[in-house]
Amino acid sequence: MGIQATPEAELPRHAAASAAMHTGRTTEGTVARAAWWFLAPALLLIGVFFFLPVAASLVLSITDFDIYAVGDLANARFVGARNYVALLDNPLFWTALQNTFYFALIGGPLTVAVSLGAALLVNAKAVRFKSLFRTLYFIPFVTTLVAVAIVWRYLYQPQYGLLNYALGAVGVPPINWLGDPKWAMPAIILLAVWKNFGYNMLIFIAGLQAIPEELYEAAKIDGASALRQFWHVSLPMLAPTFFFVGVVTMIGYFQLFAEPYVMTQGGPLRSTTSLVLMMYEEGFRWWRMGAAAAIAFVLFVLILAWTLLQLWIERRTGRAA
Amino acid sequence: MRTSARRCLALAAAAAAGLGCGSQRADDVVTLRFWGMGREGEVVQELARGFERDNPGIRVRVQQIPWTAAHEKLLTAHVGDATPDIAQLGNTWIAEFAALDALVPLDVQVAASPVIDPAGYFPGIWKTNIVDSTLYGVPWYVDTRVVFYRTDLLAKAGYASFPTSWAEWRAAMTKIREQGGAGKYGILLPTNEWPQPVIFGQQAGSLLLADGGREGAFSDPPFRAGFDFYTGLFRDSLAPSISSNQISNIYQEFANGTYAMIITGPWNIGEFRRRLPPDLQDKWATAPLPGPTGAASGISTAGGASLVIFRGSRHQAEAWKLLEYLSRPEQQLAFWRLTGDLPARLESWKDTALIGDRHTRAFWEQLQRVEPLPAVPEIELIVTKVFETGEKVVRGGTPVPRALEDLDRQVDDILEKRRWMLDRARPRVAPTGGGDIGGVR
Repeated sequence: MGIQATPEAELPRHAAASAAMHTGRTTEGTVARAAWWFLAPALLLIGVFFFLPVAASLVLSITDFDIYAVGDLANARFVGARNYVALLDNPLFWTALQNTFYFALIGGPLTVAVSLGAALLVNAKAVRFKSLFRTLYFIPFVTTLVAVAIVWRYLYQPQYGLLNYALGAVGVPPINWLGDPKWAMPAIILLAVWKNFGYNMLIFIAGLQAIPEELYEAAKIDGASALRQFWHVSLPMLAPTFFFVGVVTMIGYFQLFAEPYVMTQGGPLRSTTSLVLMMYEEGFRWWRMGAAAAIAFVLFVLILAWTLLQLWIERRTGRAA
Repeated sequence: MRTSARRCLALAAAAAAGLGCGSQRADDVVTLRFWGMGREGEVVQELARGFERDNPGIRVRVQQIPWTAAHEKLLTAHVGDATPDIAQLGNTWIAEFAALDALVPLDVQVAASPVIDPAGYFPGIWKTNIVDSTLYGVPWYVDTRVVFYRTDLLAKAGYASFPTSWAEWRAAMTKIREQGGAGKYGILLPTNEWPQPVIFGQQAGSLLLADGGREGAFSDPPFRAGFDFYTGLFRDSLAPSISSNQISNIYQEFANGTYAMIITGPWNIGEFRRRLPPDLQDKWATAPLPGPTGAASGISTAGGASLVIFRGSRHQAEAWKLLEYLSRPEQQLAFWRLTGDLPARLESWKDTALIGDRHTRAFWEQLQRVEPLPAVPEIELIVTKVFETGEKVVRGGTPVPRALEDLDRQVDDILEKRRWMLDRARPRVAPTGGGDIGGVR
């Protein structure tokens, strides 16, 4: 279909020339129609693979679709908001929500900070073998999470793990990283930060390199120290990068799943059960699809609200600057 | 444009049809698809070789599925009409797959079978295959929980043989803890495992659910008695309040004497032999679970896996042949040799290697006294709630009565759908005598 549309789409330019002799309105109409043809394949894909499933899951979330309904669809009932009410009434939901926020609000900023630090280091003029370091830092991001998680489980092993061994060398008593409800989430955050900072680092490097050298020169002439240069030149110039990195990281972190799924199965004492892990359990362990869809929707609204908040902050600070 | 698109579609359709036709060629040989889980899935091909020799017209293709993915994969296969002909199914899942109408009832085949006789199986295990008085599976191997204990520590506490009643058992644990000192306990009961609290409740006479699986019976006196016994062991520091992932190596701790007893299953016989140090090998033994009023009340879980045939299978007769073959006493024994899984058939236990083994013997005794879980599809979720309730009491300090009321409320919520289904089915089932409702395929 797309191929068929091409000659038609090329028309406007010629048409514009000839149409100029007649009226301007036809041109606009043709252009608009051509644009729709161009957009059609993408829109179709988004419609079929995004809007349709989202709509379907919204419908699913107001039914009690479960194992009985898998056997016979007549066993599914419309239950209105009951899944949502039950969810708000479920203490596990609040635990999962709390864990998700804990992970996102601590892990997210930490990841951004670490990646900015790494970007500044790798980008520093004195550093040699820049591309080597860039590659090394980026490797965790492209490594399969399951493989990484298994290796980290060895590192976290309370008795023989490398991490406790290192801590022991400086006199810190062994920590039961994945077995202690207090330490399991920090352990997951540490892994996630290490795994993800490489990607953000690359974006920060690109952002840093886009800052014109003259700005730094001007700052130096004004007698600004390295710290003040960073504070008054690098940071403001990186604002759009910050916004992008922040939004993408937070969206990803609110959907925490694979790390606890592989490392802790949500334990100990539910201390690493995230919203998505809870959704997975409801949906694929207990096959309560209606309840799982309700969680999905709550998460969707949550992420949307958070992103809008970030957008609003970005606008306000942008205007203030 | 329209014509060309249509032509393209037609071409694609023709291509797809061509491929489809080419790949489907009927053969004289019937291929049975068998899904086996975990270690069992690895060895069943070996057992099936003898079957293939006996039945030249049937081939068996085994697909191994890891236990962690098995449940999900079976359900997805059911939805996608891609179930195997025959499979191994954990016996707590049978009610669920029967509710989905995914399994073939086997009453008629068993009645006519020269190989399989219900009387030749452990009664408690056989019962796990019956849902609403219809048989859906034949036990393949069995699994239950017994006590593994340190004979030296028990002897030191003054017990030559293992206690058989709760009171004695508790006294033994108390003595062991006193003799062991700080950091030593009588028993390990990981707080994140369901069998222990459920077993104690069943031993005290609880059916777990009331009114034909319509609601929870957890605040009723029988379960309360078992739950009090369970939580009391933690309260009095006879058991450490820890979950299994807080112990890095249960064998090492057992060898150190951190706890003198542990309630676990047959797979640990091999693990204990392999992992305990040599000087400890003659210092551990197994014993059936004690009960509130003595050995007779010391029941345990009726675990294990069954062989089932799926309704979607086009080779049900051949699948039944394979099921019969794998149920033969000599095949059951061969299976035990390959996996260490305990045979479901009483006859196979006559083998001296099995019954004569001092560690396996306790399982033989225990298997005479096993009680299945209620046959409702929601049971796995319900038993999860039971141990979570235990954790709330043991580690969170919630008072027992409130915790159990809360558990009943959660279980009633879980069973709401089931009650609705039963109420709806009642008028329809009565006249037809429980006919094939919803089995449209």
